[in-house]
Amino acid sequence: MFGDILVLMLSAVLIENFIFSRFLGCCPFLGVSEKPDTALGMGCAVIFVMTLASAACNLVYNFILVPFNLEYLYTIAFILVIAALVQFIEMFLRKAVPSLYNALGIYLPLITTNCAVLGAVILNMQKYSDMARGQSFIFSVLFGFFAAVGFTLAIVIFAGVRARVEYADPPKCFKGMPIALVTAGLIAMAFSGFSGATIG
Amino acid sequence: MDILWAVVWFAVLGIVLGVLLAIASKIFAVKVDPRIEEISDCLPGANCGGCGFSGCGALAQAIVEGKASPNACNAAEDDSIEKISGIMGISNEGRVRMRAQVMCSGTYQHAVKKYLYEGEQDCIAAARLGGGDKLCPYGCIGLGSCVSACKFDAISIIDGVAAVDYHKCTGCGACTVSCPKGTIKLIPYDSKHWVGCEAADKGAAVRKYCDVGCFGCKLCEKACEFDAIKVVNNIAAIDYTKCTGCDKCVDACPRNIIWSSEAQGNGLIITRTKE
Repeated sequence: MFGDILVLMLSAVLIENFIFSRFLGCCPFLGVSEKPDTALGMGCAVIFVMTLASAACNLVYNFILVPFNLEYLYTIAFILVIAALVQFIEMFLRKAVPSLYNALGIYLPLITTNCAVLGAVILNMQKYSDMARGQSFIFSVLFGFFAAVGFTLAIVIFAGVRARVEYADPPKCFKGMPIALVTAGLIAMAFSGFSGATIG
Repeated sequence: MDILWAVVWFAVLGIVLGVLLAIASKIFAVKVDPRIEEISDCLPGANCGGCGFSGCGALAQAIVEGKASPNACNAAEDDSIEKISGIMGISNEGRVRMRAQVMCSGTYQHAVKKYLYEGEQDCIAAARLGGGDKLCPYGCIGLGSCVSACKFDAISIIDGVAAVDYHKCTGCGACTVSCPKGTIKLIPYDSKHWVGCEAADKGAAVRKYCDVGCFGCKLCEKACEFDAIKVVNNIAAIDYTKCTGCDKCVDACPRNIIWSSEAQGNGLIITRTKE
């Protein structure tokens, strides 16, 4: 069990990193990575939402969709649950932890329609739906958490690189987004080094 | 039959989530002070950050919470401040209108360059390369970080030194933060004189940097009858509260860097040369 969790952690964070090997969540990755501190804010918001969404969607899948043979409607069900969950979290944080609410700011509602969250939930369903309910719940939550940690790692590294690239002097046609995309590609290549690692 | 169950279950799911959100919005409702909104409307909305808060919204909240004074915004018009004081129910204490002043006279003709800079047109980037291309470590780099920081479009670069348009300057102070040399200072709007140099080095060193650097000769200090101009750390500085605008220091300065301003209509006429 412990070994399984370690493998899950390493593969979710590094080897199958959401951004660099699955290419999920590229839009916030490029959109809010101009400053390291906002990137970290976004990353924390994603960790928060993805963990909770994994838990909620696992329950919805196992207790509503499977018993009534509705598995084929998982996309709609998951989107519905994620959207409602993010709204709920936003209201809750605003009341209970205003400081965290202010820190996450605009990023929280942005995550409602983030493909990384939906992707994590769907991957959970594909990977762990054969397991017993209890075990599949635990693994889903862990996968959601570590995948989001991988996302945060990627976006913070990228924001750090971008902060440097800002002051470089590339040819005019490369300025702004093109050089950012080239940079992202180079980091993705570096991360592909992890895919050679075989665990277990 | 399957379709029926799908419809039923999704309707149930949707209704349950909807009801939960409706309940949650009642339970977790946060009362927002209506004054915050009203004060936000009075502020300029440029989010310049000159007040020390992250934006106009944050300042509005701070004013309501009593953490900031109603006159904390330098950029707002006087009647907006009056209105904010009214909303808060406190009397308007008034404030001194400030303006940004670039404390450097070292234009291309005067300042000596130590290398030819061909990088990103940005002062912060240039300042990292040995402190900019001018030999003088205090002077304006002239690549316009302040121009892009100014939300009111009030700064332009003239002959390699930033110049402030006093019709547009609101005194918000955003440029003073953006300047890597700290060469821009906020001074009272109606200050008649100021010293257009920040070079706090010994006279001999300053002579090498620049034709118009202050070398601390103290002629202005001697000329001033009101004790308003003092040479401290090899650089003359004016105490704006004591200055009467008598022009004596302007006449005395051998480097001709004590600038003067004359109120004219809405704006100021800036002069440097002795007349």
